Amino acid sequence: MTPVTDTMTARETLQHWIEKGAPDAAAIDAFIEENTFPIVEPGSVTYVFHGEADGVTLRHFVFGLPSTQPLRRVANSDLWYLTLDLPDESRMEYKFELQLGEQGRWIEDPLNPHRALDPFGANSVLQSYGYERPDWTEHDPEAREGTIEELRFRSRALRHDYAVSLYKPARFRRTRRYPLLIVLDGGDYTHFSNMKTVLDNLIHRLEVSEMIVAFTHPRDRLNEYAAMPAHDEFLAEELLPRLESRYPLIGTAEGRGLMGASFGAIASFSTALRYPDLFGRLLLQSGSFAFTDIGEQQRGPAFEPVVEFVNRYRAKPVAIAEKVFVSCGMYESLIYENRSMVPLLQSTGMDVRYVESRDGHNWENWRDRMRDGLSFLFPGPLWMVYE
Amino acid sequence: MSRIALLGPQRLQPFVGEVARGLEPHGSGAVITAGWQEHEDAVVELHEHLDRPTHNLDLYKRAEEVLRHDPSFADAYRERQNELRELQAYYRLRLDAAIEGVTALERRPERGPRWEEAHADAMKALRTLDQEHAARVEEGNARFEKQHNPLEHDHIRKHRKQLRKMVDDASFVAIAGGHVAVLLNRLRLFGMAELLAGKTIIAWSAGAMAISETIVLFHDNPPQGAGNAEILENGLGLARGVLPLPHSKRRLNLASRERIARLTNRFAPLRCIPMDEGDRVDLDGGVLLKNRTYRAFTTAGAVETAGV
Repeated sequence: MTPVTDTMTARETLQHWIEKGAPDAAAIDAFIEENTFPIVEPGSVTYVFHGEADGVTLRHFVFGLPSTQPLRRVANSDLWYLTLDLPDESRMEYKFELQLGEQGRWIEDPLNPHRALDPFGANSVLQSYGYERPDWTEHDPEAREGTIEELRFRSRALRHDYAVSLYKPARFRRTRRYPLLIVLDGGDYTHFSNMKTVLDNLIHRLEVSEMIVAFTHPRDRLNEYAAMPAHDEFLAEELLPRLESRYPLIGTAEGRGLMGASFGAIASFSTALRYPDLFGRLLLQSGSFAFTDIGEQQRGPAFEPVVEFVNRYRAKPVAIAEKVFVSCGMYESLIYENRSMVPLLQSTGMDVRYVESRDGHNWENWRDRMRDGLSFLFPGPLWMVYE
Repeated sequence: MSRIALLGPQRLQPFVGEVARGLEPHGSGAVITAGWQEHEDAVVELHEHLDRPTHNLDLYKRAEEVLRHDPSFADAYRERQNELRELQAYYRLRLDAAIEGVTALERRPERGPRWEEAHADAMKALRTLDQEHAARVEEGNARFEKQHNPLEHDHIRKHRKQLRKMVDDASFVAIAGGHVAVLLNRLRLFGMAELLAGKTIIAWSAGAMAISETIVLFHDNPPQGAGNAEILENGLGLARGVLPLPHSKRRLNLASRERIARLTNRFAPLRCIPMDEGDRVDLDGGVLLKNRTYRAFTTAGAVETAGV
C-alpha cells in the first residue's frame, strides 16, 4: 500500500484509503485526531463516522434530497464515509443512525462539535463551505444588555393564564416611546435563536431601533397558532392594550409588530388579518402557509385549519400591514408555499421584503435572518449616529 | 486665532483630556453632549478624562425646555424637521439613480476614448445633485429663521445669555459625538456658531461632523439600503476644508480604492479625513495642519499622511 503523504488533504487521504485499502488502527486514530469533520470543501461535504457499527446512515432534514443515505465502510476498517454535493454557505441539521445487529439508534455526530438545539433535543449541524455564524448572534461584551421582566396574567379569550417575558432595552427610559414587537414562541426564540443577545447586539450597533419585545409562551401552540380567533383576540385585545397601558410604547401601527416562525407565522398573520392596521410590521419566518389549489391537503390534521385559513386569504388577498418581512430556507418543505405567498402579498401594495437562505426549518436559520428582518421593520439610527 | 482639534471616537480609548491639556493647559472647560440625547447628562467619565472644572452646556435639555414651554414654536420646529426628512427622502431617491450612473460606467469592462469625459459628466451630475440638496435645505433653514426668528425667542434668548457666559468663561469647548442631526439642530437652535467662533474646540465623531462645512452621512455596508453616502446639510462651518469620516474602518469599505476615490472626488475640494480610534487632525485659524497625526484620503482612494 502506498503511504499517505503530508501534503494530502483529509479528503484525499480518505480517497487514498478507499482505493488502496485501509491502514492500521493507529493511522486511523491519528487521522481522526488531526482533522475536523465533516470534511468540508467547496461544493461538497464528506461525513465520517469512526466506531463499531454494522451500518451507518445519514438522517437529515433537507427537503429535496433523499432523507436517508447510507455511509460506506472504508475497506474492512471501522471508518465510514459519505460524500454529498452541497452548495456553499449551506447549513444542514442531521443525525447518524447506527445499526448494531437488529438495533438501530439515532445519534449526534460524535466527530462534529456543532449542535443546534430545538424543543425536541439537539441535532448535529453541518456548516458547508463559506458559512459563517454571524458575529451579531454571539455575546458581544461591548453591547449593553437589556433586561427581561416576567409577566403572567389571565386571558379571558384563551381561558387560561398566559406567560410573557418582556424585554426592555439597555438604558430604557420611561420618558421615551418605544416600538413594540410581540414574538410568538418567545421561549424558543430566546433559548434556541439567542434572540435576547441578538437584540442587545443589533440595538448596540444601531442597526435596529431600541424596542420593547414581548416574548409570549404558548400553552397549546398547535391549536392556538392555527389561526385560532381566540388567540388573535388575546394578542390584539388583551396583551396589546395591557402592554400599551403600562409601558412607554409608540402606540401606532408602525410602532407595533408581530413575529413568528412556522405556525407562529400563521398566528401572527392571522391576528394582523383579523385586526387590520393594528400591527404595521410583520416578521414571518418559514410560515406554514400550506394551501390547496385542488384536492385534500397532505400535511396532517394539525394543518386543517391552517390550510382553510390560507386558502381563504389566497382567494381574497388584502393588505394587512405596511411592511412585511418573509424568510424561508431553501431546504424546507415549505419553500414552495413561502415563495408562492410573496407575489400575493406584494400584489396588495404592502412593502414586502423576502429573503431565502440555504438552510432548513430550524431556529438557527431563523436566528441568522433576524438582522435582515428586524433592521427592515424597525431600522435603527445607524445612519445618523457617530459616537 | 481659533484652534480646533478633530478627534476619532473617544468611547474606548479616550485621549480628549490629553488633547485639552496640550491646547489649553489652564482654565475650565465646557462640554456639549447634545448628540447623546436623553443621556446628555451621563458625563462622569468625560469629566474624569478632562480632569478639571467642566460645565455641560445642556443643549438637549435646554431645547426640550424651550419646546415644552412654547407649543406653537414646538409645532413649527417639528414641522421643519418633517420637511427636512421629506427633502432627504427625495434626494436619496435621486441619489440612487445618479450614483448608479457613475458606477455603471465604472463597471464597464471596456473603456473607449470618450469614457473619461462621460465619467466626469456623471460625477458632475452627482455633485450638482448634492449641491442642490444642500441649497434646498439651506433655503428652508433661512425661511424658518426668518419666519420664526428663534434667536429672538424669549426662552432661547435667556438660554443664549447663559450659554454665552459659559462659553466665554471656558478655555475650550469639547463637543462629543452621537446623533449628528440632533446635535446639529441643537447647535443651530441656540445660534452656537456665533458663540463658538474663535474658541478652542475639541470635537469628535458627530461633533467633528457638525462643526465642519458639510455633513455627509455614510456607511458602505448598512443592513438595509444601498449604502450611498449622502449630504445631510451644511454644518456650522467652524472647521473648514475638511470632511470628517468617523469610524471609517467600520463604516467604509477601505479595501475598495475605487469606492474611496469616488467619495473623495465627489466631495472635493473638501479633504476626506478618516477618523478612527486615536486619530487627530488640527486646524489653526482655519488652516488644516499637516502635522504628525494628519491622515486623509486622496482622490486616488489611498491614504496620505504628513510625511507622504
